[in-house]
Amino acid sequence: MAKFFAITIIVIAILSAIPILRHTWVAPEDISTHGHLIDEQMSETMAEAGISFLAAQFILAIFVWRFSNPGPDAKIKKFPGGAKGLVIAALLVVGIEVMALGIFGVKAWANVYLSPPSADAMPIQVQAGQFAFYFRYPGPDGKLGPIHPELINEGSQNFYGLDPEHDPDSKDDIVTAEMAIPVNKEIHLLMHSKDVGHSFFVRELRVQQDFVPGLDVSLHFTATKVGKYEIVCTQLCGLGHYNMKAYLSVMSQPDFDDWMKKEAAMQ
Amino acid sequence: MRTKQMLLALLTLLVCSSLMFAGTVSGKVTYTGTPAKQKPIDMSKEPSCAKQHATPVTVETVVTGPNNALENVVVYVSSGAPDDGQVPSQAVTFEQKGCQYLPHVLAMHVNQELKIVNSDQTSHNIHPLAKVNREWNKSQPPGTPPISEKYDKPEFISVKCNVHPWMHGEFAVLNTNHYDLSKGGGDFKLPNLPPGKYTITAWHEDYGTQTADVTITGNETKDVNFTFKAKAY
Repeated sequence: MAKFFAITIIVIAILSAIPILRHTWVAPEDISTHGHLIDEQMSETMAEAGISFLAAQFILAIFVWRFSNPGPDAKIKKFPGGAKGLVIAALLVVGIEVMALGIFGVKAWANVYLSPPSADAMPIQVQAGQFAFYFRYPGPDGKLGPIHPELINEGSQNFYGLDPEHDPDSKDDIVTAEMAIPVNKEIHLLMHSKDVGHSFFVRELRVQQDFVPGLDVSLHFTATKVGKYEIVCTQLCGLGHYNMKAYLSVMSQPDFDDWMKKEAAMQ
Repeated sequence: MRTKQMLLALLTLLVCSSLMFAGTVSGKVTYTGTPAKQKPIDMSKEPSCAKQHATPVTVETVVTGPNNALENVVVYVSSGAPDDGQVPSQAVTFEQKGCQYLPHVLAMHVNQELKIVNSDQTSHNIHPLAKVNREWNKSQPPGTPPISEKYDKPEFISVKCNVHPWMHGEFAVLNTNHYDLSKGGGDFKLPNLPPGKYTITAWHEDYGTQTADVTITGNETKDVNFTFKAKAY
């Protein structure tokens, strides 16, 4: 019975590794300049975690095979150094592993989150609220007008609480429900939440960042491929969470300019 | 046989006489100034709704007609109405279709049954922001039976959908059955008012309320017009 159990462990471990080694489930196409760093990091993590997982399963199987029927006279062996040594050894091994993943992984992460955007990055504000995203472009003056939360009125489409009558900077602001960006242009995304925690996730961009109520979060990225992609909320935010999404359209510069004109006319 | 005929004649006489002495208040609702631009609504997040509209629908806070007519104004008898407490047995229906509320403004009597229908292929979460009445919000997935509700106090209630932020409607819960909603030409009509003194109130969701006092002496039609001042933003 013990030998059967040991073989089962080995079989399950190998079967679960096959689809990963064969790349059965591949990540969607990467359309960002930083995405390859994230993908490389993910592969490294998968390799390290995968090897550790297989090693652990094999060791478990060996122990089950060898020591499950010790017989009445067998002596119980102890780990050298006793339980204390075992715990310290485990902490060291797991700790070094986790630290190593963190230290190597921070390179990819810091590239997106800790480095400042370039000076000519295009600012776009995104506001998450139950259960939709709205985007604001600064317009020709390049300035986003101030937000007055008390003026937020979704019924009249004033999602941001703008007061164009009194704030000259708000006059040319363009608020949209779809996010369009020019291809190969760095975008500086300024994020805030209207209500609870949300998340901005675009698989193809390899961008996933939480909205934290009360915090202004920002990130920057450059999309390299024209197309339409889905922006989804990946932080459970309430009843309509499943339906909280918007679309990201990556366009050529002339197409983007046309789109911008059309949106400006609708304000 | 004879008794039946007599009764019928009596009944006809009664109906005719009550009609004879029923006055009507009618008029027009207009605005002065320039109303704020009604922005188009981008429903791209909900493709099943977006494709129902060939041209993008706009916000319906201020709906105007030709010659400065103002639509969606609830005109009602706010005092003096003879039918206080008579709740109509028929329900009023509020439909969610193409991610919009139909009608945008719905008037009803206190305690009248309110049926909320979801005709869309997506879930809605209807949330009337009642302050005087009990506030509630209810989720309504596609294909589910209508929600039945009622309000027991008069109130003007803004309605929103918790799933689709652009959806916006209004409930006017009134203590009278003498009400009308101004239509395309801004016209309204309040018939069947017995002789008496009345206060007529016109309510608009953005421009506020106006009142007018009217005295009906017999079988007559009194003209009452309301003019609201448009808000630029």
